Amino acid sequence: MSASTILVAALACAVGVIFVLALYGVVALLAPKNPYPLKDAVYECGHEPVGDPRVPFRVQYYGVALVFLIFDIETAFLYPWGLVARSLGWVGYIEMAAFVIVLLVGLLYAWRKGVLKWA
Amino acid sequence: MSAALWLRTIVGLVALLALLAGVTLFGVWWERKFIGHLQRRRGPLHHGWHGLLQLPADMIKMIAKEDTVPTAADSLLFQFGPVAAIVPAYAALAALTFAPGIALIDMQHGLLYVFAWETMLPLAFALIGWSCANKFTLIGGLRAAAQLISYEIPMLLAALGVVLTAQSMNLTTIINAQTGWWYVFKQPLGFVIFSVAMLAEMNRSPFDLPEAESELVAGYMTEYSGMKFGFVQLAEYSVLLVGSYLIAALFLGGWNMPFLPASWLWLALKIVLLMTSTMWFRGTFPRLRVDTLTQMSWKWLLPAALVNIMLVAALALWLGPKVY
Repeated sequence: MSASTILVAALACAVGVIFVLALYGVVALLAPKNPYPLKDAVYECGHEPVGDPRVPFRVQYYGVALVFLIFDIETAFLYPWGLVARSLGWVGYIEMAAFVIVLLVGLLYAWRKGVLKWA
Repeated sequence: MSAALWLRTIVGLVALLALLAGVTLFGVWWERKFIGHLQRRRGPLHHGWHGLLQLPADMIKMIAKEDTVPTAADSLLFQFGPVAAIVPAYAALAALTFAPGIALIDMQHGLLYVFAWETMLPLAFALIGWSCANKFTLIGGLRAAAQLISYEIPMLLAALGVVLTAQSMNLTTIINAQTGWWYVFKQPLGFVIFSVAMLAEMNRSPFDLPEAESELVAGYMTEYSGMKFGFVQLAEYSVLLVGSYLIAALFLGGWNMPFLPASWLWLALKIVLLMTSTMWFRGTFPRLRVDTLTQMSWKWLLPAALVNIMLVAALALWLGPKVY
């Protein structure tokens, strides 16, 4: 990537930030401001909030995140091969097939262990 | 950078911002109208021709509405949430090639750049959900994160089939490789996997669990009022645009059309049709149950995507670049 490409990409990020901040400014100028405690309470269907809002959540989310990490790294390994697969030929194909089979076994293991089950 | 490049960059950045705002405003109107007619209602009708003046009305309402910040919320993260959602949603547009040479940045690895930004969004949604100190937003944000990361892998693997066949991650090269047969005919399995996973990435029905209105009020954006809600909408419609663009560019030939000259109009038409079909799904399918949400990704799409990759690679090696 050339320097100008990186600069334009960075400018796109900067414009995103500026866009949000500028509209925050417009809202601060135009919008009415009349806060009172009941309005600034969190919305829980009209009831007063009960207990700690940061409730404990299902441990399955953690399992999904772990399996995701493994397969995301796998995808990162597969992409470079994909770009040169034609020139690598069948040797590269067989090597990648072995890699994919190992991963499928890993998926099967996670499946059998119940990581993918929600209830 | 030269003066001409600076000018081109500034015009491009403004044009992309206008595109994002335009797609969101027209998208909201068209979605209300289209789903209305699917359900034998009329949708917006009162302001202007078929409710078209609803667009400026919505915009003014967003800006002029009071911006409430819950006292219990983490106010710094609460204010930062829209930035975290808008920056990836907007920056991803920079690499989209709408016609040969018409892109803000025609990157050698444009596809990778777009995917990199799209995969930043679960972080923004989880952050928004956490910052609000509300049980609904917390669960919505976590659901969004779990869903987006689960469906990301089949999406990336299905796109790898196209990268492998085209031997490039440049969007122009990928689209120009489809002057003959589109990749949807060469890799139908990849197309199905990519479309389903993309639908989940867009948070669209039947995968709209993160904002399931009958369970979670509005999911992670429950506490966002006024323009903050508008920012989240902008991010969502940006994903809708990028997702439809990627399906059209990777599998449906981009600006190519059989027997007709290539034009950016074909690409625009395909994007509009794909966006409309997501609205059609929303009007047709019931929502998935939460315990089946990630199952489909891991138990069906991921193994199918791995099989698809090995199949595509075998065909590419066997038939050679001239045929496949």
